[in-house]
Amino acid sequence: MTTVETERVAALVTSKQARRRGVPRRRAGLAGYLFVSGYTILLIVFGIIPTVYAVYLAFTNDQGQFTGLNQFVKVVQDYRFGPAFLNIFIYLVMWLVLVIVLTTLVAVILRARMKPRLAAVFRFLYYIPGALAGVASVLVWLFMLDPNVSPASGLLRALGFGSFAQVLAPANLPVILVLIAFWTGAGGWIVVMYGALNNIPEEVLEAARMDGAGPWQSAWHIQIPMIRKWIVYQSILAFAAGTQLFVEPQLLQTASLGRVSPTWAPNQLAYVYAFQHGDFNGAAAISIFLLALGLIVAAILVTRSGLFKVDDE
Amino acid sequence: MTTSSLDLGAAYPRERRVSRFVSVAIVVVILALLVVFFVLPVLWLLLAPTKTAGELVSQFPLSFGSFSQLGLAWQHLASFQGGAIFVWLQNSAVYSIGSLILTLLTSVPAGYALALTRFRGRKLLLSVTLVVMIMPSAALVLPTFLELNLFGLIGTVWSIILPFSFFPFGVYLVYIYFATSMPRDLLSAARIDGCNEWQVFWRIAMPLAKPVVGLIAFFSFVNNWNNFFLPYLVLPNSEQFPIQVGLNQLLSSTPSFNPVAGKGLNITSPELALAIIIAILPVLVLFLFSQRALVSGMLAGATKE
Repeated sequence: MTTVETERVAALVTSKQARRRGVPRRRAGLAGYLFVSGYTILLIVFGIIPTVYAVYLAFTNDQGQFTGLNQFVKVVQDYRFGPAFLNIFIYLVMWLVLVIVLTTLVAVILRARMKPRLAAVFRFLYYIPGALAGVASVLVWLFMLDPNVSPASGLLRALGFGSFAQVLAPANLPVILVLIAFWTGAGGWIVVMYGALNNIPEEVLEAARMDGAGPWQSAWHIQIPMIRKWIVYQSILAFAAGTQLFVEPQLLQTASLGRVSPTWAPNQLAYVYAFQHGDFNGAAAISIFLLALGLIVAAILVTRSGLFKVDDE
Repeated sequence: MTTSSLDLGAAYPRERRVSRFVSVAIVVVILALLVVFFVLPVLWLLLAPTKTAGELVSQFPLSFGSFSQLGLAWQHLASFQGGAIFVWLQNSAVYSIGSLILTLLTSVPAGYALALTRFRGRKLLLSVTLVVMIMPSAALVLPTFLELNLFGLIGTVWSIILPFSFFPFGVYLVYIYFATSMPRDLLSAARIDGCNEWQVFWRIAMPLAKPVVGLIAFFSFVNNWNNFFLPYLVLPNSEQFPIQVGLNQLLSSTPSFNPVAGKGLNITSPELALAIIIAILPVLVLFLFSQRALVSGMLAGATKE
């Protein structure tokens, strides 16, 4: 289908000049549009329209009348709004600190102190649970946290948890979610961090060694600063992922027999608004809060970290 | 096992013995604890279906039960709602592979064009892609649901496949790959030799892009397979559930997690564990077989800027 069109396009724009320079600037213009067309349609339909639609809903009521900030005021005043955002805030702080410190530390250890072969084995072992993302990971951890069947029941009991119900107390939820997220996600980050460390020229480390730096010192003063970009990148992606919690608290809520709030995370609250109250405007307002949070972080990432270059020349 | 192969002694001859010992001990403890943390639940999961629910409680957690018990768990699971698990698996396969194909068809040419051609709006498209890529996509699930509802697509296969096939991360990966590791002279040479834009893309760029295409296929498939939120919203009937939503239903049918609803069903902990294994099997197999390619591919994406 595209072949015919592109051929015509190419024939149209072929000029001697372009041919001599060999630069695709002019002649590829139309072909470029064709190449991006399919993706652009998807981007508009499933990226831009939902965003615009959510904004529209958040500023109107169910009659379609413009209501200004009323929807936002309404959801903020909801007694469940504050706790939901506080919950993910606590979760995010714990998760970010743990994932950044531990994955960086492990990557440094694997890179600096171990033969590459053995390091590969460790990276693989850490990486396996990545296959169990989503629902499966939560279900596995339901078992891990049940003192009756858990292989770590000794540890759970030592911590004072005699029954599954005690473990699933609402106050423990952030820790449980961090455990699950770390279990499935950390392995991938260790691989990425290891790769970033691998990129540091050997001469730099050699020079540090000559100057008498021990392995910990060279890690702290040389390696970690040199992969700082990747740490920033990781923290921002981990942040974005953390704001999206839905499956995990939803399943824990089911398993806790209703003792965990069904609106533990903002996404769940939006879900309840939409499907239990039938209030799509309120649900959209909550989504907008989450989107704004994500967009601010995305903007910081794109403009500040220098990781994403729009221009490659 | 770890201590013998730690590469320490030769490299740092001046380090004091004591501090080196402490240093090694810390390293060994951290790595070993993490191995236990990451691997133990997986081992437990693989062994769980071989035991009865009672044995799961009474026996040593990492013991092996019997094959006959595994067979029994399989029978119980397979007969749940008249073989619902097979329907769910089939649905998951249709959704995941369908959107994988659409993702590849749209994102590979798009990433290529963004990297190697110039057209008006290129920068804008790239910037929007970056923003959408990092945006919390779950926040868009509700509006997407309403939009699908508007077009009357709720409950159809397309309500899953179409949103899934929108994969900006894939476009970005292809873009990075072509922008950094594609010799432009090669493309210019092909054009001088009379290739049109389509031929340049299909004959020159595509064969060189195999690693990144594999990487996107992997990420897209795993994402689609594991996705829960959207199917949970848009699919009303159990016959349409993907396996992830099906697992949720199994969970609510397991007596240990839902004593009321779970009564009278044969779904207990071993059956649930078996269902989890079956649900992750495709992804796990992909993981094991593509591990090497995956790691090198992730690094290619990670190290080139």
